[in-house]
Amino acid sequence: MSSASSSQMGQLVADKHVRYILMAEKKKESLESVVMDHLRMNGAYWGLTTLDLLDKLGTVSEDEVVSWIMTCQHESGGFAGNTGHDPHILYTLSAVQILALFDKINILDVGKVSSYVAGLQNEDGSFSGDMWGEIDTRFSYIAICCLSILKCLDKINVEKAVEYIVSCKNLDGGFGCTPGAESHAGQIFCCVGALAITGSLHHVDKDLLGWWLCERQTKTGGLNGRPEKLPDVCYSWWVLSSLIMIDRVHWIDKAKLAKFILDCQDLDNGGISDRPEDAVDIFHTYFGVAGLSLLEYPGVKAIDPAYALPVDVINRIAFTK
Amino acid sequence: MHGRPRKASKPEDEAASAAKAVKLRSLQSQFMTYHHEKIYTKEAIELSTKLLEINPEAYTAWNYRKLAVEDSLSRIESDPNSVKSILDEELRVVENALKQNFKSYGAWHHRKWVLSKGHSSTGNELKLLDKFQKLDPRNFHAWNYRRFVVELTNRSEQDELQYTDDMINNNFSNYSAWHNRSVLLSSLLANRVDGFIPEKKIPDEYEIVHQAIFTDPDDQSGWFYHLWLLAQTVNVESPLLTSSWPSHGSSVILSGAGCLIGSPFNVITFCSETGSVPLILYFDQAVGGVSSLTVTIDSELKGNENLVWEPISNKSSQVSCVWVARLKYLISEPCESKEYKVKVRLGNSPGIISSRGFNFSTPYEFVFTAHVHDTAKDSQERIVSWTDGFELWNAQSKDLNSLATSDQLNAGIDLKWRQAAIDSEIECFRLLADSKIGKLTLARLLMASEAMMSDAVVKGVHYEEILQLYNDLMALDSSHHHYYKDEHSVAFLHKVTSSSESLSRYLFRYRGMNNLVCLRLNKLSLSRIASVEKLLFVQMLDLSHNELHSTEGLEAMQLLSCLNLSHNRIRNFSALDSLRHVKQLKVLDVSHNHIGKHSVDTTRYLCSSPLSNSDWSQDDVRRQNPGLVTKYWDAYFVLRDLNLKQLDIAGNEIAGDEFNSFVLQVVPKLVWLNGQKPGN
Repeated sequence: MSSASSSQMGQLVADKHVRYILMAEKKKESLESVVMDHLRMNGAYWGLTTLDLLDKLGTVSEDEVVSWIMTCQHESGGFAGNTGHDPHILYTLSAVQILALFDKINILDVGKVSSYVAGLQNEDGSFSGDMWGEIDTRFSYIAICCLSILKCLDKINVEKAVEYIVSCKNLDGGFGCTPGAESHAGQIFCCVGALAITGSLHHVDKDLLGWWLCERQTKTGGLNGRPEKLPDVCYSWWVLSSLIMIDRVHWIDKAKLAKFILDCQDLDNGGISDRPEDAVDIFHTYFGVAGLSLLEYPGVKAIDPAYALPVDVINRIAFTK
Repeated sequence: MHGRPRKASKPEDEAASAAKAVKLRSLQSQFMTYHHEKIYTKEAIELSTKLLEINPEAYTAWNYRKLAVEDSLSRIESDPNSVKSILDEELRVVENALKQNFKSYGAWHHRKWVLSKGHSSTGNELKLLDKFQKLDPRNFHAWNYRRFVVELTNRSEQDELQYTDDMINNNFSNYSAWHNRSVLLSSLLANRVDGFIPEKKIPDEYEIVHQAIFTDPDDQSGWFYHLWLLAQTVNVESPLLTSSWPSHGSSVILSGAGCLIGSPFNVITFCSETGSVPLILYFDQAVGGVSSLTVTIDSELKGNENLVWEPISNKSSQVSCVWVARLKYLISEPCESKEYKVKVRLGNSPGIISSRGFNFSTPYEFVFTAHVHDTAKDSQERIVSWTDGFELWNAQSKDLNSLATSDQLNAGIDLKWRQAAIDSEIECFRLLADSKIGKLTLARLLMASEAMMSDAVVKGVHYEEILQLYNDLMALDSSHHHYYKDEHSVAFLHKVTSSSESLSRYLFRYRGMNNLVCLRLNKLSLSRIASVEKLLFVQMLDLSHNELHSTEGLEAMQLLSCLNLSHNRIRNFSALDSLRHVKQLKVLDVSHNHIGKHSVDTTRYLCSSPLSNSDWSQDDVRRQNPGLVTKYWDAYFVLRDLNLKQLDIAGNEIAGDEFNSFVLQVVPKLVWLNGQKPGN
């Protein structure tokens, strides 16, 4: 199946999504916003990247965003999810990614941020999320992605980091959060992305993993994250980008997936939900648009499957010394 | 964020939400003050309890609680009861939080943190986990926590295996239980624990998983476990040599750059400017440690005592299925035509080890005859045509690569239980022949059966059925059409290479260049390359008019000097990355493909470049044309590493004045571009 065509299957109401994101950004005191207060940095990354993919990054105030980001930086160098919260590797990556979008990495004390991230690597190559020691391959991906953007990968032991990720490889070809943990599309994205960025994809059995991943496509056309689970738009990203990185994306029906994503839009108010007719949120709006980008949907900029940032942003960083 | 219905909010709901928001906001502010001022009074801690009850995702509150615990512990007199009661309170708060959201990372980690202190009773933990299993048997947080507790309490793998038994018997549709079972069982088998011998255990496991698959063929829970069992049945632990070039008993003519005029039709001729020829070893799995210490060359050809063996892999890997060394043959000039016997021996000294740590232990040797000729004439560059100058070649089996099953494969690898298991599975799955999983598994089983077959008479008998099964699957499960298409191409190529008769139909000699051996596989709807281990002798390959989108697999074809990929589905130069290993390649035709047509590059990270932090080298082209190098980055990195004389790129969206002139900068030694000499 070739790339999605807008005429056959409903439309991407891009303008509505842009408006939804801009309004959500302003509604800081809604219950939803207050409950997610601690991960506003992630929310900002999802919202802003979606805007850039729809070529509307110019609709936000770059200065406002950047100065708010800097208020989230801790003395340790790490970033918190919002002003006043504790630093964590999750929000450090989102902060760096947002600055990359605006081409403002230069305002950072790169040494400080990279030392915070590098300092979270453990003896066995794994990474903790913060000083409290939770270990998860999500954090391996985050560290590698973040340091690669900052061009400081040499600050960590890459070989050991790769070794730890490989130790989380399962017999079904997938990856879990720690050694022995069940394969899950989100963890697979993190591990495959980390291996991609470090030129280590030869550790992946592409055929075995490719089959596991392509079988995430359900009869609805949507993708689930593990066998016998419900489809969810966010897996349009985790599964799809993984398939693209290992060159097996042709093993799913791309047109059917595009239709599923489009059916998850709120055509009146904008935003995308996890499943058709469910409540929308920024998280799924981002993953839906990012998924459509990977499906080459017209009007959406190309996104890099490993860094989860627009290709023009990553090419700019990678090819200039 | 998941599974909430979309509905317009009524004014009453909005008011209620707004009130909740104000309340939560005030809790958060107060909490932040306590946290920043390091206040750990009973009242302050209570507030964090309330906050976490409403919002277990507030990660800073879990951090605060850890600090509060450490503060409390520092104040008491190490009285074990006080310590326990402080920590028990934490466990209670975690349990409440998990009631709100049993997938909260922060809650589960806090529990692990408490348990790790070593003062809490672990007896309750498994009971707690049973509760969560009932709520959601697929909750991976619970399963992870279970593995944590198992390690803490040293529960045996056999007991845990029994637990997965219980879970599966309760409900076979529990992928998490099957996964855990695979982890435990593979450990028990690898450690050769009492009673866990593959030939007994694997057939038992097939019985167990059948219940899952046959009860509901559409439920995926048992599929991947069954595939793993198949891999355990088919794959032998110790690495084996699948093929080599030259192959045992063959003859090859080696000459200098001038090449021979009128080289004999039936013997493979290899010409080289450097006076060296690739020796190729192809193993059945990735191995390391191939060197002149572990592979010895016995020959009168001098200068080959300490050959450098290199793995065909990307730079950061020291392991590969394919290893190459360059055998030197033009020692002195001028040299008379002479015959040399070359014996290659491996497996006599230890050192060749698979990535899983198993030794290549069976001694093996192969002998070939090299006829060395020198030429004084300079080679004449002639354009290669893909349409004229070909003659059919009726090749003898010994000239081709190990088409008969090597003795190696049969040497002491207890084939009997494996073949019996495969035969039994084939019988079972014939009963499921109407379902998708039935057909797919049957096709895989028949492929496995073919791979294990040594009897040349019966070999090849399954391929028609396998190809038909994949055709059925393309119709039955159209979403995965291209998966079955790829498998069909693989089976087709296995069939083509299964005997010298079938392969000969596609083999030719090219008169236009020294009777090069040419394999013509054009117009076969191939979407994927396979069986390369049997095609190492190929010097010219025509894959035009197929459906290929990548050259994955071709890196092993070290003798390849001419490749035709025109009229395929190549979308990027990054898809040709494997060709960077084919140092002999002089002629490449990628005309009429899709290069430049698509915004998504599916081989972006399978190509060595700064994007994958694997190729930083700067050169003049990169210094002088940074913009073009970024724009055409993959063409730059791939073409730069090839020594092409002839390239065809017409009929691709990327082709044009800008790109064509960029190509000439990157490949200055190019003689023909799109059939023309540049400058014409």
